[in-house]
Amino acid sequence: MELVLQQVLAGLATGAIYAAMALAVVMIYQAIDHLNFAQGEMAMFSTFLAWQMIQWGWPYWAAFVAAVALSFLGGVAIDRILFRPINNAPILSQLAAFIALYSILNSSAGEIWDFNIKTFPSPFGMTPLFGERLISTHEAGMIGVTLAMLALLYFFFRGSRLGLAMRAAATNPESARLVGIRVGWMIALGWGMSAAVGAVAGMLIAPIVFLEPNMMLGVLLYGFAGAVLGGLSSPGGAVAGGFAVGVIENLAGTFIPYVGRELKLTIALVLIVAVLMVRPTGIFGRAVVSRV
Amino acid sequence: MTVPPRETVAFEDAPPRAAAVFHPTTRQLVIGAAVLAALAAPFVFKSFVVFQLTLVMVYGLAILGLNLLTGFNGQFSLGHSAFYGIGAYTAAILMDRLDVAYYWTLPFAGAVCFVSGFLFGLPALRLQGLYLALATFALATAMPQILKFQPLEPLTGGVQGIVILKPDPPASVPLDADQWLYYFTLAVLLVMFAGAANLVKSRTGRAIMAIRDHPIAAASMGINTALYKTLTFGVSAFYTGVAGALGAIAVQFVAPDSFTFLLSVSLLVGLVVGGVGSIPGSLFGGVFVLFVPNIAERVSTGLAGAIYGVILLLVIFVMPSGAAGFARRAVARLTRAVGPERSSR
Repeated sequence: MELVLQQVLAGLATGAIYAAMALAVVMIYQAIDHLNFAQGEMAMFSTFLAWQMIQWGWPYWAAFVAAVALSFLGGVAIDRILFRPINNAPILSQLAAFIALYSILNSSAGEIWDFNIKTFPSPFGMTPLFGERLISTHEAGMIGVTLAMLALLYFFFRGSRLGLAMRAAATNPESARLVGIRVGWMIALGWGMSAAVGAVAGMLIAPIVFLEPNMMLGVLLYGFAGAVLGGLSSPGGAVAGGFAVGVIENLAGTFIPYVGRELKLTIALVLIVAVLMVRPTGIFGRAVVSRV
Repeated sequence: MTVPPRETVAFEDAPPRAAAVFHPTTRQLVIGAAVLAALAAPFVFKSFVVFQLTLVMVYGLAILGLNLLTGFNGQFSLGHSAFYGIGAYTAAILMDRLDVAYYWTLPFAGAVCFVSGFLFGLPALRLQGLYLALATFALATAMPQILKFQPLEPLTGGVQGIVILKPDPPASVPLDADQWLYYFTLAVLLVMFAGAANLVKSRTGRAIMAIRDHPIAAASMGINTALYKTLTFGVSAFYTGVAGALGAIAVQFVAPDSFTFLLSVSLLVGLVVGGVGSIPGSLFGGVFVLFVPNIAERVSTGLAGAIYGVILLLVIFVMPSGAAGFARRAVARLTRAVGPERSSR
């Protein structure tokens, strides 16, 4: 029983990484209605910006705030410059554009900051929490920040006029435009916010996985898996899904004999697909009803 | 695919002969010219280029498989690297462990992939869009791990993979091994492209496309959507699997890490660049997948990825619906420009 508890705790710690990323994934999904494959690389790039500022001698929180603000502007710029012109292109073409963006960001980060791994400081310290080695103060802090971001986004979307306008633009662009919402800018805002959320996620993840241009590849895929598992239409579901993926991965590695260790990723994914068989729109997702 | 209005305009305004120049015969002429050029290529280029062209055809065939599923049936897949890998490994195991001749490995690889694709299509029936993407992505991630899996090592060779020998041309044929493999691939390619073109034109093909355009309407017209969707999954995997087998024979080597998720992404990029829902476009996609990364690498080693991305973005900005859509629009514009001019004479 103690082993189960330990593994669940360790799973939650890794799950926090995925949950933070899943939140950014859902953010952009709400705005543009599909997944952004370059999300992880955008977060990585933001984290490098923060690292650079810390190298210049800025205090951590100044670099943090600056990096989030720059990422927000960068996200808006990417939408206005790259994606607005191909707004009407087929979805698969836009997907290829995401892949192109991924490739550009990854390769430029490698060229600017090289591929050696770098340490990134944590604001919470890396000491073990409660004297347990399974979860550190940083990981606990990360879970806290992720939940706080979730709460903030929840109140933004439920409680503010702007949040309501963004939701309207995403659900029904034509009607939203008719009542005077500037849909194009709402989408750009969605890009900016998801870039900012991604930047926070990146800076929280970097102390654990270390900073290098490829740090986000695995994380993003797990983040996708978590978001899809929880349901792409629900930010809370995505965070829960992210934690679930971390826990499932850890438990599968520990308790399924013989194949567990080597194939733990596979087993986690198979389990997720199995869940989707039963709930095809994710655990917390709403089914889309289409009018014929 | 909708028929552009150019035909009616041409028939009304121009004498029938002028119209005929631009309608079906043009297409046949282009195909004929392309085949002739393909036949001549091995005598023009160096053997390394011939090898690269063989790979272009292999990728083109794999992209055609993905196209049948995504372009014609509307099912999204990030898992085609897995079918490519299954095809490649089937061929390699048959040749290396069982001494089967290389040409016999293709039907086996195709059959194995057809069955796995069909079986994978069954759970995929429940999922749509991004959820299907995730499920197929799981398949793509699982494949290298399964190939490396310890208990399967006697069969798959584990991390090391399997080295196979390049097939020699028959003694009576005065060609070197690269040229022979090129012609062999070309023959397979022509047969399979013709097969795909016929499939799409048939009653079955219309059913497949009806499901893409409107699943509910298709079902209410009496199309067995579940059956056609799983069968398309199978056929798509069949095409990609045969491509995988050909690829393994051409490269003479299979290893788990050649068939990762990144291969799926390459195939997807090829699909988009060539044109979703276009059979000849798939071949253009193959050209892009093979040559553009090389070109980017030559421009700058450090920034190769960035240059690749910029080229890809430019291609999407210039041709949002792929090379096929671009060609269709260009032809339509040319006919419109030429048509009235002739009628005024």
